[in-house]
Amino acid sequence: MISSALILCAISLDSSGASDVGLANTSITAAGNKADLRGKIPLNELGQEISAPPAAISISAEDVAWDAGGAIKISWQPAAGTTSATKWIVERSEVLAAGQGAGQGPGQGPWTLVTEVPIAETNAVVSKLSPDASFFFRVTAVSPNGSSAVTTTKSAAKGHWNFFISAKLPLFCAILLVSACVIYFILAARRGRPMKVRRIAALEAIKDAVGRATEMGRSILFVPGIQDMDNIQTVAGLTVLGNVSRTAAEYDAAIEVPTSRSLVMEAAREAVQASYLAAGRADAYNADAIRYITDEQFGFVAYVSGRMVREKPAACFYMGCFFAESLILAETGNSIGAIQIAGTAESSQLPFFVAACDYTLIGEEFMAASAYLSGEPDQIGSLKGQDVAKAIAAIIIIIGVVLATGAAIAPQGAMPAALEWLKGVLGS
Amino acid sequence: MAEGSPRIMKRLVPMWIAIIAGFVMLLSAFFPITESLGETVGEIFNVVAAIAFVLGAGSLAKVNLAKISRRDQGWGYAAITLICFAITLVVGLGKIGVPQSTQFPLLGWSGEKDAEGSIFGWIYEFALVPITSTMFALLAFYVASAAFRAFRAKNLEAILLLSTAFIVLLGRTFAGVVLTGWLPDWASGLRLENLSVYIMQVFNTAGNRAIIIGIALGVTATSLRILLGVDRSWMGSGD
Repeated sequence: MISSALILCAISLDSSGASDVGLANTSITAAGNKADLRGKIPLNELGQEISAPPAAISISAEDVAWDAGGAIKISWQPAAGTTSATKWIVERSEVLAAGQGAGQGPGQGPWTLVTEVPIAETNAVVSKLSPDASFFFRVTAVSPNGSSAVTTTKSAAKGHWNFFISAKLPLFCAILLVSACVIYFILAARRGRPMKVRRIAALEAIKDAVGRATEMGRSILFVPGIQDMDNIQTVAGLTVLGNVSRTAAEYDAAIEVPTSRSLVMEAAREAVQASYLAAGRADAYNADAIRYITDEQFGFVAYVSGRMVREKPAACFYMGCFFAESLILAETGNSIGAIQIAGTAESSQLPFFVAACDYTLIGEEFMAASAYLSGEPDQIGSLKGQDVAKAIAAIIIIIGVVLATGAAIAPQGAMPAALEWLKGVLGS
Repeated sequence: MAEGSPRIMKRLVPMWIAIIAGFVMLLSAFFPITESLGETVGEIFNVVAAIAFVLGAGSLAKVNLAKISRRDQGWGYAAITLICFAITLVVGLGKIGVPQSTQFPLLGWSGEKDAEGSIFGWIYEFALVPITSTMFALLAFYVASAAFRAFRAKNLEAILLLSTAFIVLLGRTFAGVVLTGWLPDWASGLRLENLSVYIMQVFNTAGNRAIIIGIALGVTATSLRILLGVDRSWMGSGD
């Protein structure tokens, strides 16, 4: 009696869920049988039968704690002999509402590839999932000889919304610390505690620049950057504009504000109008001097540069977010002999302003300009709080440098562990 | 009442909108339950910015029409600006020359406004891009003139700056490799290409990070002043 057994040895799946079944014949006694099955049995180049890797023993899926709800962690237990495989393929299938099933089971969507991980790993985090949806997951081991059978989760998993994203805890604590310092010193200033702020030459020069424009009978040009109102630098620029326009109103100098965003134009108009009103020169306010040019970066630069060359303003202010146009504007202003004051938090543009302008507000100076110019105790207090936060940051940096240096000198001591602990606390 | 209403509309309402929107955006970064609120605030900003564009276009038209009517110097350029603006607006809104979308062939105006073959796309590709590239190209000359002025050896700091720039510049060219390639291996750190890397990775990175930390603290403090209503000067007055 001739007996033979066909064993399902490999199921390979593509991303759409289509499957290709491989068969192996383990006890072929009739040559005819083997001939009939040659196309289905995986064989190597010598004609020998080869086997696909074994499937994972089990798989589980669980919600990732303290995240935004869009991540699920998949873990699986590989079977012995999986080491011959090269990678795991992780797939998911969404659980659909009744009657919407388009996949392999009723109420289940098609299997889609999520990720591929090296064979040595036994878990994967699937992110960017809809927190409202449930998913089945399955893994397949893949080797050059074929793919293993799939191992599917027994129940659907769902990402849950969490109250707080724990990965952002260090950042949250840092913000709380800085805020606490700032608020403490605002309250201290309100109680009458004297606050001393160092002199910022660029801000002291504003009156000189406006006065020069008045004496020369020329206009003042103020460019509040090329970004919209959702950029904090634009807001900071407008706070300086309020002060510059008030000085211009008091000195009876004309101010021109070209903007590259409509919303900035409206905000700038409000700021300048309020300044003219505060200076008692409401009649001198000209809304058309604050105008929208274009959103296009170099179109805006072309207009402002041309205007500078034609009108030759005596003072140019560049306060806001700038990119490649910073040097074009500053060099054009330099070529017409204008006194130039710039301020930006774009660190890549600071060298250009420093090279081409008379005064430059570097980063935090620019952010502090509004408080400095106002002279109000509340705002000066906030600068003091900012300084304390900076001192704390400096201390942490020094500790980090000492630990890193110590860890490099003595890799076996306590320093590396302390350094790792600090990195963990800081979230890096 | 007559004096109070403008103050409420011009000061209090914008201030409270900024405070509420600011706190929502801040919280949405940490608390997932407020994430959708943060997205909504972002969408509201986009809608307001889109509406404000009408004001911007109005300002552009008003200023240029006034220049034309007064026959100011260069009024012809104002006329060209307005004509170009009108043409671009019409061909963009009307999707003139836009091929029908293959995805929605039965729907009118379903093609992309800047699709290949459209007039808007043609204006963008053959007018706007070359003009903006020309402006961008000017940067090379401005960099040269700014560098010439910045690197004049006026004092000790300027001499240090000039020397550092010289090393970095040479280290990034073949000349740097040729000039100091003869140095033995034990002094390879002094080769210009290695010195250049060292300066950029150590001195430049350290200075840059110091500035970035200052900026981050400044942004936090400024945001806090606005969120707490301490700084109201962005509305034009601290009153």
